[in-house]
Amino acid sequence: MSGLEQSYAVLLPEFVVAGGGILLLLFGVFRGDRSQSVVSNLSILLFVIAAYFVVVGADGTAFNGAFIADGFSRFVNVLALLGAAATLLMAQAYLETERLMRFEYPVLIVLATLGMMLMVSANSFIALYMGLELHSLALYVLAAFKRDSIRSTEAGLKYFVLGALSSGMLLYGISLVYGFTGTVSFAGVAAVVGKTGVNIGLIFGLVFLIAGLVFKIAAVPFHMWTPDVYEGSPTPVTAFFITAPKVAAMALILRAIIVPFPDALHQWQQVVQVIAALSMALGAVAAIGQANIKRLMAYSSIGHMGYALLGLAAGTPQGIASVLVYMTIYLVTNAGVFACILAMKREGEYVETISDLAGLARTQPKFAFAMAAFMFSLAGIPPLAGFLAKFYVFMAAINAHLYALALLGVIASVVGAFYYLRIVKIMYMDAPAPAFERDFGGRIGTVMAGAGAFTLFFVVFAAPIVAAAGTAAQALFK
Amino acid sequence: MSWFAAHALSVVTFLPLVGVLFILVTRGSPETVARNARWVALIATIADLAVAIYIWANFDGHTAAFQFEERATWLGGNITYHMGIDGISMLFIVLTAGLMPFCILASWTSITDRVPEYMIAFLAMQTLMIGVFCALDMVLFYFFFEGGLIPMFLIIGVWGGKRRVYASFKFFLYTLLGSVLMLLAILAMYFYTGTTDIETLLSSAHFPVAMQFWLWLAFFASFAVKMPMWPVHTWLPDAHVEAPTAGSVILAGVLLKMGGYGFLRFSVPMFASASVTFTPLIWALSVMAIIYTSFVALAQEDMKKLIAYSSVAHMGFVTMGTFALTQQGIDGGIFQMLSHGVVSGALFLCVGVIYDRMHTREIAAYGGLVNRMPVYAACFMVFTLANVGLPGTSGFVGEFLTMLGTFRVDTWVVILAATGVIWAAAYMLYLYWRVVFGRLVKPGLQAIKDLSPREVAILAPLVVITIIMGVYPKFVFDVTSVSVAHLVREHQVALAFDRAQTLAAREKAGAHP
Repeated sequence: MSGLEQSYAVLLPEFVVAGGGILLLLFGVFRGDRSQSVVSNLSILLFVIAAYFVVVGADGTAFNGAFIADGFSRFVNVLALLGAAATLLMAQAYLETERLMRFEYPVLIVLATLGMMLMVSANSFIALYMGLELHSLALYVLAAFKRDSIRSTEAGLKYFVLGALSSGMLLYGISLVYGFTGTVSFAGVAAVVGKTGVNIGLIFGLVFLIAGLVFKIAAVPFHMWTPDVYEGSPTPVTAFFITAPKVAAMALILRAIIVPFPDALHQWQQVVQVIAALSMALGAVAAIGQANIKRLMAYSSIGHMGYALLGLAAGTPQGIASVLVYMTIYLVTNAGVFACILAMKREGEYVETISDLAGLARTQPKFAFAMAAFMFSLAGIPPLAGFLAKFYVFMAAINAHLYALALLGVIASVVGAFYYLRIVKIMYMDAPAPAFERDFGGRIGTVMAGAGAFTLFFVVFAAPIVAAAGTAAQALFK
Repeated sequence: MSWFAAHALSVVTFLPLVGVLFILVTRGSPETVARNARWVALIATIADLAVAIYIWANFDGHTAAFQFEERATWLGGNITYHMGIDGISMLFIVLTAGLMPFCILASWTSITDRVPEYMIAFLAMQTLMIGVFCALDMVLFYFFFEGGLIPMFLIIGVWGGKRRVYASFKFFLYTLLGSVLMLLAILAMYFYTGTTDIETLLSSAHFPVAMQFWLWLAFFASFAVKMPMWPVHTWLPDAHVEAPTAGSVILAGVLLKMGGYGFLRFSVPMFASASVTFTPLIWALSVMAIIYTSFVALAQEDMKKLIAYSSVAHMGFVTMGTFALTQQGIDGGIFQMLSHGVVSGALFLCVGVIYDRMHTREIAAYGGLVNRMPVYAACFMVFTLANVGLPGTSGFVGEFLTMLGTFRVDTWVVILAATGVIWAAAYMLYLYWRVVFGRLVKPGLQAIKDLSPREVAILAPLVVITIIMGVYPKFVFDVTSVSVAHLVREHQVALAFDRAQTLAAREKAGAHP
């Protein structure tokens, strides 16, 4: 098998998504907007097919080591495809109601997902940047997708301007790393750093690199865009933003820090620790005063990124595995929460303040129960999935002797529990507001029920997922 | 039958969830569903009690080893699903399973709103509570221990009184803050020993004395809040007052015992030296609790609040006796917990009886009930006297033994604690006098009815149990004493080991200056 053939074989899932995306785009252009639902369904099918190819795919590197397929990329790609499929599945009802039935929507999601897959499989800084930009450009457009709405276009613009700034920082960091090591491949950087040691220029590069990457997962202090963008974007787009791209960007950070800089562990560990601590603290406190549920979820997500980074701060295989478990549970729970938010529709209008949920337990007990399960899970209360997510990152942190950070983390989780409980309180203990529309559609119901079952019963079947994450994490430490 | 015998603890733990399933599949008009939910919950709890009694009947009190053990892979690594009981945990399971049918019966007519959800919350609560006492893996223990917050939060918050939301949040966040510190300690122990298996940790783990210090404090944070010890008891009166009757029974009867059980299961045997180091702290807090909260109880206007404060005082005896680290002290502590579980549960049920009629818990709203409710007055009197600790009732045995056990170690603590018996008599009799005696002058009380057959069925068995436990406490000690003796002995061994380690370290430091 020649090098090129091997490259195609290794990147087969990405090629499937890219080719599929182009075909869907052509199909949409010829058939116009009435083909929206067909394109949307085909996109979901495309994600399922791509996930199959990811699972059965071979290990190896492609295009002279620019991309890599290994256990780690497989785990995260499956998650990202799953998240993209789920958010596409539940978007349809919203798009119909809001007259956003344009075929570009699923195509943009496909392209963003392709970007994510390339990010996850990137094995050099150039490949990383390409994947990231493909992904980000699609997201900027998606944020402004409801183009008649001032809030949506503002969200898109804000995201674009700040995203461009962060890309600039990222590129500056990459150029510094390149300047001081003479290579852009992750393995090459690792070899040079191992030989020459860490110098001040490299540390500058590393810090800019981390700043640029952390912007994508919206951890403090690079989180400012999140609440506005998440609130302003159309809800299905927010649902997408908060799930799959977060997982992919987190995976990107893991690989782009662990693989090239094993010998700069102490340098980046300090930065990551500070970011984790600030994110956990801000996520816990800032969400308390929010009235809009999308905004609240934005702050909640900032906090969750802090917990996930706690696992990275540990810098051990166990820590990386804990991040993967965390992101898996985070993805499913947030998909569930947004399925609930997309079911918050009253007399044909979508509502999104927390007080609209009042007394939901009386009007729609199952819906309220699912939402309550997600809230308790996000708060990290056993026996729900979110507890195990926190459990593993705290375990990694304790094993790496990060006692102060772990202590801060558990205290932040108690403070954060307050606003999750507040939502449960509003649903269960307040007098009912007028009921939501009962029929929110089977697709949203499917996502809600699936995510709910996962959240409730994760404790029973946790072992294989945790073991898979462990294997995936090992791939970074070869 | 053999499968049942091998999985008896899983059955007793998860049987209530089968009831939940039955409630979930019921369809029909709201009245049918509610009636069904009540009956399913009652049958499930009674069946669970039967299983608990089966376990008790087959329990071997002559050995301190864990019995009815079950082990299955769970989270991978060394974290397994490991269940088992010994003499310390056995009777708490019976207590929990025994109180639940009374809780369901007590809610029979007083809960009319969202009945199926209420019953589901209680059944889930039962699974989580029994699981706490069965778990032999620290992570599994933590699952049950903290999982119980969710149903209790909803029980207080949805079906509680006027300030229910405040009380439920306070309960949840207070307890959560205590437990997360314990979680960190559990992780540190896992890191140090490579296992979370309680049986292994009990038999072979020794933590360095400095590490014990921190671990003990982290576990203390959790158990002291749960117990609750002074000064972190303030969530309890709020939670008790606002919770529905059955919720108060569960809170006082079982949830508080998890703290004491935790001390006996983790703090004392695993952190032997730290337990000795911190004994003065525990005693100081216990005596504070006994004296201070007794005075606070004396000043209460609300019946439930008074009983809540008396619970804090009674738990003071438990912690005092436990940390005497003698056979009588610990035996007494366990007995006191069991007795308090029955008696305080019964007292809350007594309050519930008149609350259901008058819808107020103000002591001042009552008076002279004996004239219209003689049977009620008699039952209430038995529990009042048991709470005071009158000989012949269950309350006496526990208080006496904890004081006896502690007296051999420190006289002054006991002299101060013993005054608590007097204060208890003062506030309980004062309460009883104001509510039951006197002339029946309040207009609203003129037509008040005595106990209904359902209420007799609730209170009569508890009266019998209270008196049997007071007259023939041996049946409790038959179960506990061997395990307690083992605990005390192991504690001494661990203490000697720690001392030897410290000495060896000191000598080594001396040899190489």
